[in-house]
Amino acid sequence: MKRLLYVLVLVFAFGLLAGQGIAQTSAQPKVTGQTATVSPTSSDTRLQELEARVAEAQSSGDNAWMLVCAALVLMMTGPGLALFYGGLVRKKNVLATMMQSFSMMALITVIWAVVGFSLCFAPGTSLIGGLGHLFLHGVGSAPDPTYAGTIPFGTYMVFQLMFAIITPALICGAFAERMKFSAMILFMILWSFIVYDPMAHMVWGKGGFLNAALGGTFPTLDFAGGTVVHITSGVSALVCALYLGKRVGYPKEPMPPHSVVLSVIGACLLWVGWFGFNAGSALASNGLATSAFIATDFGAAAAAIGWAAAEWVRNGKPSVLGVISGAVAGLVAITPASGFVGPMSALVIGLVAGVYCYWMVTKVKARFGYDDSLDAFGIHGAGGTIGALLTGVFATSAINPIFKNSQGKVLPVGLIDGNSGQILNQLVGVLIAWGLAIFGTLIILKVVDRVVGLRVPEEQEIQGLDLALHGEEGYTFEA
Amino acid sequence: MKKIEAIIQPSRLEHVKAALHEIGVEGMTIQDVRGHGRQKGHTEVYRGREYNVDLLPKTKIEMVLPDRLVDPAVEAIMGAAKTGKIGDGKIFIHPVEEAIRIRNEERGDAAL
Repeated sequence: MKRLLYVLVLVFAFGLLAGQGIAQTSAQPKVTGQTATVSPTSSDTRLQELEARVAEAQSSGDNAWMLVCAALVLMMTGPGLALFYGGLVRKKNVLATMMQSFSMMALITVIWAVVGFSLCFAPGTSLIGGLGHLFLHGVGSAPDPTYAGTIPFGTYMVFQLMFAIITPALICGAFAERMKFSAMILFMILWSFIVYDPMAHMVWGKGGFLNAALGGTFPTLDFAGGTVVHITSGVSALVCALYLGKRVGYPKEPMPPHSVVLSVIGACLLWVGWFGFNAGSALASNGLATSAFIATDFGAAAAAIGWAAAEWVRNGKPSVLGVISGAVAGLVAITPASGFVGPMSALVIGLVAGVYCYWMVTKVKARFGYDDSLDAFGIHGAGGTIGALLTGVFATSAINPIFKNSQGKVLPVGLIDGNSGQILNQLVGVLIAWGLAIFGTLIILKVVDRVVGLRVPEEQEIQGLDLALHGEEGYTFEA
Repeated sequence: MKKIEAIIQPSRLEHVKAALHEIGVEGMTIQDVRGHGRQKGHTEVYRGREYNVDLLPKTKIEMVLPDRLVDPAVEAIMGAAKTGKIGDGKIFIHPVEEAIRIRNEERGDAAL
């Protein structure tokens, strides 16, 4: 672990030096911001000036919205996910669980600055990005028309960073209450390179294998990260749960959530933050953002009702943990679809996801007996998969005319438009995400197990990770 | 001097307190506790997993009284805490050897 730290510090220091050069190059004024001042009487010049001002106004509006969205998505990890997961564990592990989410905010940001963003979005192969944006080289206030022509490339970079943070944080639900902190850190660094970066590049990067708008082989529709975020994290979570084994005492000992109250607050913050996640994925403050915003809300609402209704029928009571879990499942499922489907389709996707994830979490998990402690797979893996497939059914050119032929004529998008082949493309995307998550995670777990060991000793697990790993307690009554 | 320890339903606490004040009991110590007697617990369900909760929330009242107040206090508690259902709780009475007020070192009934 020590040697790893030295290497990280060295790499970081080098990045700071290299960054100085970048700051100078990116300080050039924006082309769109320049206004011509020669011969004010010429109408051509005045027209040019007007166009420049219009572009500037649009850029200013889009940038304001996108910076807010980036902040909203960060809020999903901390405090959103930290509270949601923190409430679900036992009292003795609340801090360790929150620490996992919070440390992703710090760790992934640094990795992203050094190399992560480049591996996702610099020109590269169809499987992974290149090193052109190493140390954020060339990422400044000028827009990159490939990805988002009206906002600074730096805004795009920081918005994408927030996705790279929450994705690994989601996995933590599967190995909660038993993984070493050092092992978690090492696992997440490797996971970010081996699973997240290639998947994000394949789906969203220019020339990526699955990219729908920028020349992919199998155009997979994934508006905000059903495959990139939820399938990768959810399936990796399942692999982690199986590889690490059950918690000491599971399932004989009761391990109820220590505070559903914290989880409710967390789920509400997730719901609000998700507007940044999905509507922000329009990358502009436009009608598509509004459409995605509405779909997001509708998906969450319908799924909360679906889960609670299923529970009401089976147990006689709708639970609070049920409605919030349902809402999160709906948000997961609507994520890939949000920018492609209409509001009524969003209701259907949400309702299906709510009932399906309820069944996955209560029946399937019990049937196979794996200890996915906080249901990272049952909600994100299962919800992400069903959402990605249903996107192929409900996507429509009326919401997002993403497919056009060479003459610019709009082509059908999903099954309801008459493009049944899209489901196959979605399936390819889903299978690649599952495969990458399974094999990537297995290899990483083997390596980390060999280097630092994955689980805490049994006596530490019984004592609780808060004290054993961090020397603190979440609730001290003497203070 | 006797110590009365009463374990009651939390919802009856305000009534019991009022009844005790009425007969002249001036001090008491109250704790939230968990426990069960013959009363069976209940089931909680979290994401489909059932948990049997057999320790239920109760309120424990402790007070040390001069002998003359013991019987009225027991009656007051029984009158105010009884709902007639299983789980109403119990009263225990212990002898107390000595009571000392820390502030001025008074002893015996004067310290109560």
